[in-house]
Order: sequence, then C-alpha cells, then structure tokens
Amino acid sequence: MKILVCITHVPDTTSKINFIEGNTKFDPSGVQFIIGPYDDYALARAIELKEATAGATVTVLNVGPADTEPTIRKALAIGADDAIRINAEPTDSFFVATQIAQEAKAGNYTLILMGRESIDFNGGVVHSLVGEMLGIPSVSPVMKLELSGNVAKLTREIEGGKEEVEVSLPLVAGCQEPIAEWKIPNMRGIMSARTKPLKVVEPKTVDSGVKLQKFELPPPKGAVKMIAADNVAELVNLLKNEAKVI
Amino acid sequence: MPTLVFVESAEGKIKKTSLEAVAYAHALGTPVTAIALGAVDTAELESLGKYGAQKVLHVADSKFNQGVIQAYASVLTQALADEKADILVLADSSLGTPIAARVAARTGSSLASNVVALPDTSTGFVVKRSIYTGKAFANVALNNAKKVISLKKNAAEAKEVGGAASVTPYTVSVPDADFAVKILSSEKATGEVLLPEANIVVSGGRGMKGPEHWGMLEDLAKVLHAATGCSKPVSDLGWRPHHEHVGQTGVKVAPQLYVAVGISGAIQHLAGVNSSKYIVVINKDAEAPFFKAADYGIVGDAFEVIPKLTEALKAAK
Ligand SMILES: Cc1cc2nc3c(=O)[nH]c(=O)nc-3n(C[C@H](O)[C@H](O)[C@H](O)COP(=O)(O)OP(=O)(O)OC[C@H]3O[C@@H](n4cnc5c(N)ncnc54)[C@H](O)[C@@H]3O)c2cc1C
Ligand SMILES: Nc1ncnc2c1ncn2[C@@H]1O[C@H](COP(=O)(O)O)[C@@H](O)[C@H]1O
Repeated sequence: MKILVCITHVPDTTSKINFIEGNTKFDPSGVQFIIGPYDDYALARAIELKEATAGATVTVLNVGPADTEPTIRKALAIGADDAIRINAEPTDSFFVATQIAQEAKAGNYTLILMGRESIDFNGGVVHSLVGEMLGIPSVSPVMKLELSGNVAKLTREIEGGKEEVEVSLPLVAGCQEPIAEWKIPNMRGIMSARTKPLKVVEPKTVDSGVKLQKFELPPPKGAVKMIAADNVAELVNLLKNEAKVI
Repeated sequence: MPTLVFVESAEGKIKKTSLEAVAYAHALGTPVTAIALGAVDTAELESLGKYGAQKVLHVADSKFNQGVIQAYASVLTQALADEKADILVLADSSLGTPIAARVAARTGSSLASNVVALPDTSTGFVVKRSIYTGKAFANVALNNAKKVISLKKNAAEAKEVGGAASVTPYTVSVPDADFAVKILSSEKATGEVLLPEANIVVSGGRGMKGPEHWGMLEDLAKVLHAATGCSKPVSDLGWRPHHEHVGQTGVKVAPQLYVAVGISGAIQHLAGVNSSKYIVVINKDAEAPFFKAADYGIVGDAFEVIPKLTEALKAAK
C-alpha cells in the first residue's frame, strides 16, 4: 500500500499574524513554522498504518517554496519514507489541489491523507478538490480510520455528532483528532531524515481564476468592561440594553 | 442569470446558515433559485421566498435523505446548467464545504470558502475570506465567470425581504459511483441548539473542575437558548464530547454572544471564538488572558457567579 500524506508549512498556533509589502505578503519575521496540526494527525495515522501493514510506504508532499524543507524533513524524521516538494507558492486551494492530484496520479497512491483544514488558508477544500480531480471519494473530517484489506471504515464528525462510513480504496481523507496521537521525532529519526529522498518537482501551470488582492487584520478590540461579581444584574442589563444580544 | 443556493435542513427545518446563504445571493442582485435535497417540509421550502428566493427546486427522492457528498455535487452541477446559473452560494458545513469544492472542480468555477462578507464588485468580484483561523482576512478576486462561494456563519444577515417562492419538484439521475461512500450510521444530538450554528454559546473550561459541575452551565445555557461548548482539555479529559470542543483544533464558532467560564483564554482557544460579536468572561483570576479578548468581564468564582447569573436572567425575562 502506498500512502501519500499532504502537509502544510504553517505559523505555529501562537503566532501573531502580520503582513508586509502593502498587505500583500505574510510577514515571516519572528514566526516559528510547524507541520499543520491536522496534517500532523494525518501523518501520525499514516505511520501507524505503515507499521501495521507489511510493505506499506509513506510519502509526504508539500506544495511550497524551498523554505518549507525543514518542515518536510521533520515529517521524514517522524517516520515518512520519502518526500516530494512541488516548487511553487501555494497561492490558492485549486492551484494546490491540481499539483497534488497530478503527483498522486503519477505515484498511484491508494490512500491520500490530509488534514481537515490548513491553519493558514482555512479552506477545508483541498481534499475534496483532489478527490474530484482523481475521480475518487474523499471524506473529512475523519476522527477514526480503520482498514481491512481494501475497505476503509471511518468516523466522520458532523455538526453536533458523527457518522460512520464505509468506502473502498482509493480514498482521500482529511484527518483530525483523535485519529492518532501526534508523533515526536526521536534522535534516530532526525539523523535518518537527513538522507531520506526529497524530490523537487516543478509545478504544472494552472489558472484557477482566484487572485489575492490584499490581506487585512481585524479591527482592534475595545477595552473590556469589568463588572463586580456581586452585581450580575448589571451584566444582564448590559447584555440586554447595550450589546442587545439577549 | 440566477444565482443557485444550496440549502440544508435539519429535522425538516431549513438551517439558519442556509437562510444566510439565500440572503447573500439575494444581495448579489440576481434572481435566486434555491435547491434542497431529501426530506424537507414544503412549507419550509416555500418560506425561502421571504428571504429572497423566487424558485425552489426540491429533489425529494429518498436516496438523498442522507447527505452523500458526491451525489449532491452531481445534482448541483446539473441544476447550475439547467438554471443557467453562473454562481453557486452555500453555507460552510460538513456537507456544504466539500460539495462546494467538488462542484467548483467540475464546473471550472473560481472557488472561495470561509467567506465572511458580500463581494466588492467595484472592480471585478472580490470576496473577503477569513484566514489564519480568524486572525486575519484575505480579499480575493474571483475572476472566472462561474463562481462557487461557500459562506462562514454570519456572512449575511438572514433578514426577511418579503416575497414568495414556487416549489418545483426536480429530478436528476446520478451515477451509482456517487454512492461509493456508504453511510452506515449517524449519531446526532437532537432537540438541542447545535454549537456551530448557535446564536449564544456558554462554554466551560478546566476551571469547572469536573463534569459533575456542567449542570449549572446547562441551566445557564437553557435560559439563554444557548449551545454548550468547552475548552480542549475538557474534551480531552472526557468531561464533554469532542464535538463541543471550541478552538483552533475544534469547532470555530461565530455567535452573537460567547460566555466563557473558567477558561484561561489560550491563543488556541481564542482562535475558535474570535468571530463572536460579544464575549463575556467569568474567571477567578483577574490576570487570565481571556479578559483582553472580552467585552464584559467578571472576576469571581464560577460556582458562585453562574447560579446567580442564571437567576438574574430568569428574573429579567
Ligand atoms: C496545537 C495546539 C492546539 C490547541 N487547540 C486548542 C483548542 O482548539 N481549544 C482549546 O480550548 N485549547 C487548545 N489548545 C490548548 C490551549 O493551549 C490551552 O491549554 C487550553 O485552552 C486551556 O484550557 P482551559 O482554559 O480550560 O484550562 P486552564 O488553562 O487550566 O485554565 C483554567 C482557568 O479556569 C480558571 N478557574 C479555575 N477555577 C475557577 C473557578 N472556580 N471559577 C472561575 N474560574 C476558575 C483559572 O483561573 C484558569 O484561567 C491547543 C494547544 C496546542 C498546543
Ligand atoms: N501547500 C500545501 N501542500 C501540501 N498539502 C496541502 C497544502 N495546502 C493544503 N494541503 C493539504 O490540504 C489540507 C486542507 O487544506 P485547506 O483546503 O487549505 O484547508 C491540509 O490539511 C493539507 O493536508
């Protein structure tokens, strides 16, 4: 079984977000980059499946410029066998999905794991786009994924609950907790990651008809109004007559 | 040319987020055709007229009673062609977002999900999307004639504009392959206010000390007609179900009012609530970071403040 795990290279969840060049570019200064938290779940489940299945391999893929390579190496240190970087700025979901679909097809993967959502774009669509482009099913967000032979049983989160679904491979799945526990690379993993193959591929040209104009930050929040603990009636009054939300 | 809107229902009722999608499409200034699949009340479908739909297509075939994504995408693709509609609008959800992606890929449409506002059409068609988990926005131009726009909650106000819609039965034959994903069972909280759609959310953190104390938050939620949520450690500890966990790695909510009780306000939690209109924080520690993100704050012990607040709300009714 060949498993493909698509990972993003994103600012650590505690990062302050700023933009430069007239609000047209993300400001990376002082920002720590990590594997997307949901992608990390996908990777962890992929490694578990590889360990449980003789002959299974895990390839990680990122669409990004050269500065994402440390993040890709981290995924190799966690246990992926090899990696592909598609050398392009991930400008929009459709562009990214086209690149992933192309590589996925060429590599004949039977299971493609992604995160439910990237924490920079927040599109929540790349898995469905890739599924559509490959003409195969996609399921997201997946909380549990079990394989028996060619059949996958998954638990998918839905609003206010969950559903159990069954589908034959090939499949694209967008993962989230508690599908697996995040894995931390050990020393041996880190050492071996340095020499694992990382193939760089040039992107396919696509026009997705989506173009960034400008980034924008939300307006700053006004000061908090404090209310004494023994005066809850005042809070009720403010919610009713000032905020008008109750 | 009309705009097509996919509307979702739960327990036979149209979801509020779908009414927002109809209102959004109406605000685009084009005629609006809505489409619903599966078992929905006809009166509910007719009521879409009040929000701006002129026409409602209803696919009543029971094989669509369950939300099968690929089959729904096939129906919507056909409906776009039949209606000669260039734009599809829908609400982001576990069903809506994947359908949006598949329809966009099939029809060669410019796709934007997580959209928070009406487009700026002064130069082209520019939509505002929420990015970096609510910490920023991106204004993106959708340049193709065909567009698929998937909305975050509150992108448009579901207000009644008057009008009536005619409901037309609609049938599309879809390939069997569209049913490759078999839904074996589903579990859904019923009768409660669902967290992702709630107007008011009452959320508890580790400061609540244990699951046995959630009764007081449920009482508060009840008087407010609110949904209940929690912080990540609370669901990790099994005090509350996973689907109630709010934040970066959980549900992102956008209610009118978010009440946070005994939650410290870690940045990952804030990422899930920063689209709330008003935030009330109740925490015994005056230094809790959540106060910086709050509109109203009370420094106090939740176990004393919450029952009093519930009583005061009851009294104010
Ligand atoms: C990658 C990543 C993703 C994460 N994603 C999420 C996420 O999606 N959602 C999330 O919530 N967290 C998330 N976290 C965890 C987050 O960093 C915090 O650890 C978590 O939000 C803290 O939960 P808490 O506020 O309930 O608990 P604590 O930090 O323990 O805070 C408890 C609070 O309760 C107050 N308190 C105690 N007793 C009382 C009382 N009697 N009355 C009133 N107040 C009281 C305390 O003063 C304190 O402020 C994530 C972390 C990481 C690293
Ligand atoms: N630039 C990228 N490179 C590789 N995988 C990606 C990229 N962008 C998104 N993905 C994958 O698609 C998932 C959903 O992303 P999104 O649709 O942007 O929310 C992510 O969790 C990743 O697994």
